[in-house]
Amino acid sequence: MLETWLDTVTLSRWQFALTAIFHMLWPVLTTGMAIYLVIVEALWLKTRNLAYYHHARFWSKLYLLNFGIGVASGLPMAFQFGLNWAPFSESVGDFFGTLLGFEGTMAFMLEASFLGIMVFGWERVPPVIHLISTILVAIGANLSTFWILTANSWLQTPAGGVFANGKFIVQDYFRAIGNPFMLHSFLHMFFATFETALFVIGGISAWYLLNKRETEFFSRSFKIALTVLVIVAPLQILLGHWSAEQVYHYQPTKLAAMEALWETIPAHTPADWTLLALPNNQLETNTWELKIPGLLSYLLEFKPALDTPILGLKEWSPQDRPRLVGLVYYSFRVMIAIGLFFAGLMAVSLVQWWRGKLQPETISQNKWLLWSWVYAGPLGYIAVEAGWIVRCVGRQPWLVYGQLRTVESASHLPPQLVLFSLSGLMLMYAVFFVMTLYFGRKIILKGPNLSLPAPRAAVQPTVVIEPAQHLPDQRPAEAKF
Amino acid sequence: MQSSLDPLAHFLPQVWFFILGLFLFLYVLLDGFDLGVGILSLTAKGEERRSILMTSLGNVWDANETWLVLMGGSLFGAFPLAYATILQALYIPLVIMVVGLILRAVSFEFRENADNKMVWNIAFGVGSFLAALGQGFALGTVFEGIKVDAAGHFIGTPWDWLTWRSVIVALTLIQGYVLIGSTYLILKTTGELQQTHYRTATIATWTTLAGAVFITVSTPLLSEPARELLFSRPMVYIFGAIPVLGLLLIIALLRSLQLRQEVAPIVYTFLIFALSFIGLGFLIFPNIIPPSITIYQAAAAPSTLVFMLTFVGFLIPIVLGYNIYNYVVFRGKIVGSESQKVQPVS
Ligand code: HDD
Ligand code: HEM
Ligand code: HEM
Repeated sequence: MLETWLDTVTLSRWQFALTAIFHMLWPVLTTGMAIYLVIVEALWLKTRNLAYYHHARFWSKLYLLNFGIGVASGLPMAFQFGLNWAPFSESVGDFFGTLLGFEGTMAFMLEASFLGIMVFGWERVPPVIHLISTILVAIGANLSTFWILTANSWLQTPAGGVFANGKFIVQDYFRAIGNPFMLHSFLHMFFATFETALFVIGGISAWYLLNKRETEFFSRSFKIALTVLVIVAPLQILLGHWSAEQVYHYQPTKLAAMEALWETIPAHTPADWTLLALPNNQLETNTWELKIPGLLSYLLEFKPALDTPILGLKEWSPQDRPRLVGLVYYSFRVMIAIGLFFAGLMAVSLVQWWRGKLQPETISQNKWLLWSWVYAGPLGYIAVEAGWIVRCVGRQPWLVYGQLRTVESASHLPPQLVLFSLSGLMLMYAVFFVMTLYFGRKIILKGPNLSLPAPRAAVQPTVVIEPAQHLPDQRPAEAKF
Repeated sequence: MQSSLDPLAHFLPQVWFFILGLFLFLYVLLDGFDLGVGILSLTAKGEERRSILMTSLGNVWDANETWLVLMGGSLFGAFPLAYATILQALYIPLVIMVVGLILRAVSFEFRENADNKMVWNIAFGVGSFLAALGQGFALGTVFEGIKVDAAGHFIGTPWDWLTWRSVIVALTLIQGYVLIGSTYLILKTTGELQQTHYRTATIATWTTLAGAVFITVSTPLLSEPARELLFSRPMVYIFGAIPVLGLLLIIALLRSLQLRQEVAPIVYTFLIFALSFIGLGFLIFPNIIPPSITIYQAAAAPSTLVFMLTFVGFLIPIVLGYNIYNYVVFRGKIVGSESQKVQPVS
């Protein structure tokens, strides 16, 4: 027993999975929040209303806290492919490595360089240059999502070349990049980060409103988040639906696990959707299930019955299909539940707004609504993690679907070594997680600084010649916000 | 892997060897002063001073560190075999490096928000030290070589990197980082703090010199292939010129420190680093996994190299441009109460 848990492959898997799960917690907020920061800064320059400037400054404190930890937690990710998955790296490096190289040159560098100006540069560059920096930070963050999702999508649907002697030979780079999963997966992830960030911003704003602190200030951010969510929340459901459709077309083992389908459903018969089930790996069946008749055929192709059969897990031998059926099944349902809840909460809030209940003077009275927003704050993270579990666990036993098995891809390292790095990293990540919550709470309790004057550069727009010209690097030793 | 007769299959790996060298060089220079300042912060007295040190890096540390990620990603794409083998062989030093880099990265954000800053001061200093140490051992392994089979797969043990010589290389690199960090602080600070770093720079120059002399002498003495390479014909002129130039630069550096110049020390230090780096490049080329696997064996397919080059090559000038812009925007001295009164900006 101990041996099967402490072998190199299992430990390397745990290390990748846990570092990825932790890493995801930080960028998922910052990539989405960067867009929000662009919105408020642009509104400030357009309306010259100082409140928007204060929004930019307040939320960027939370942004910066998460950004730093995001970078730190991402570092092991970049090296892990070589450290722990050397055979994989060698096999698919020609393409996969190229994408990681692109991510570094196009995305990370852009974001990291302009972040300095975005955070410390308010007094040193003209407002327009500052806005451009903020936009470039947002573009950098989302380009990073694009490249990593492209890379991961290629693992799901490898295209654009052939595997020969265990090595992937690229024939067409653009087809490999534009692999079947790329577009919808990227969009689903893009909106996942945006939606998560908007609910975090909305949730924090709701907390202030409930406590009747700076109600005017926070009803503004609450409404900005709500306005954008009117588009984002329903769209995310549609994109999730498309994601499921593409899984149905390209990854039958994953679809069977997502739906805990053991037996094949023949063509031209209605397929039921189970709302809940108790999958049992040993018996190869669900010991209990709650069915909605015919729904699955509607979900997949919007027809009462499908023209092709839906394959059940028993079509494959146990070593060729995902093992953790229950995990995939429930992660999928958790994600869907959250997606539906988000859209519902948005709709109810919209109705309240329309009924005039969200005026700054009266907004605090919507107790149950605001509390729902507070509790919705962390749900985006859970949906994102659940989505990745569906995607990566459901892909098993393959690392590159249908081509390269996970067990064949791990470096041949002594297990003690992996255990050493795994425990070291986990210890640090756990501490960082707690510290982020602690410091995040501190920033929130302190609240925004509404007496902050506009940057000098913005007050005298006539000084067009670079205002930083004769300014020494006067950041005070302690950067105050 | 590719036929060595094909000129493209020859030229492209060389181009990528150069690009990767450039990324690594920029990383060593820029994160070098970053890590150096971090190590120096362990000796800084007082919260005020430590905050000046960290503020001097606030806007650049992330971009500087990103050169390493860039280099890692590009190595993965251009030389997948080298990426796989080297990282596996250097598992322990690289994990130490990553842990160090993580610690120092989070310290910036946590310290900013903390009431008790001491924990994060230490994490920042120790993290910088660990990162430099890990890199030093990795560099040491370049001299020692990595044991591989004919296909280039790693067949050594996880502890191969640890030898008495790699310890010296690691210590020398740390000294080098302290030197470059000191010269950066000379540039960015004033008053008492600046004086301190004239002193640390002078000490670090001597200790770096000692390590460098040892490495220069021991390399041909201990390694047969290196000896052959060094004394072969045009190489002997290059390897003869490098130490001479190096000594001249060191003398110039020491002089500029004595004259209390502000810009010259960091320029000379950059040149010394560049010179060592060029020497190292000549020593390794055309290998990418020393001592035996060449860039031609480890390279990705020519089409990959062309494809990557199209995008990355196009981006390199742009990336350099906005990095320089970042330094221009934040040029000048850091203000602290020791040198000038703190002016609360914003
Ligand atoms: C949280 C975000 C996340 C991200 C960004 C990725 N994955 Fe994933 N990965 C997981 C989340 C995850 C996971 C949910 O945590 C898994 C699924 C099963 C497990 O144990 O961890 C996992 C497992 C996992 C494993 C270990 C095998 C296993 O036990 O399942 C490998 C080798 C990969 N993934 C590969 C990748 C690659 C190459 C990715 C991107 C380029 C990638 N994953 C992105
Ligand atoms: C397994 C996949 C992933 C790997 C290997 C990875 C790798 C990295 C690395 C190395 C960094 C640090 C970069 C630096 O030093 O500046 C980083 C940061 C970051 N990652 Fe990830 N990441 C992964 C998944 C993701 C995903 C899915 C997202 C999108 C939501 C994401 C978004 C970011 C962002 C926004 C940052 C901060 C950006 C920056 O430093 O410029 N990452 N990641
Ligand atoms: C009713 C709503 C939703 C449905 C039907 C849905 C469906 C799916 C499906 C089928 C996948 C797997 C794709 C694959 O394995 O290739 C997926 C992945 C994912 N989902 Fe959802 N989803 C929904 C809502 C959400 C929400 C609200 C979020 C986060 C805010 C989210 C975040 C993710 C993420 C991060 C992934 C993994 C990356 C990707 O495939 O793009 N999903 N989703």
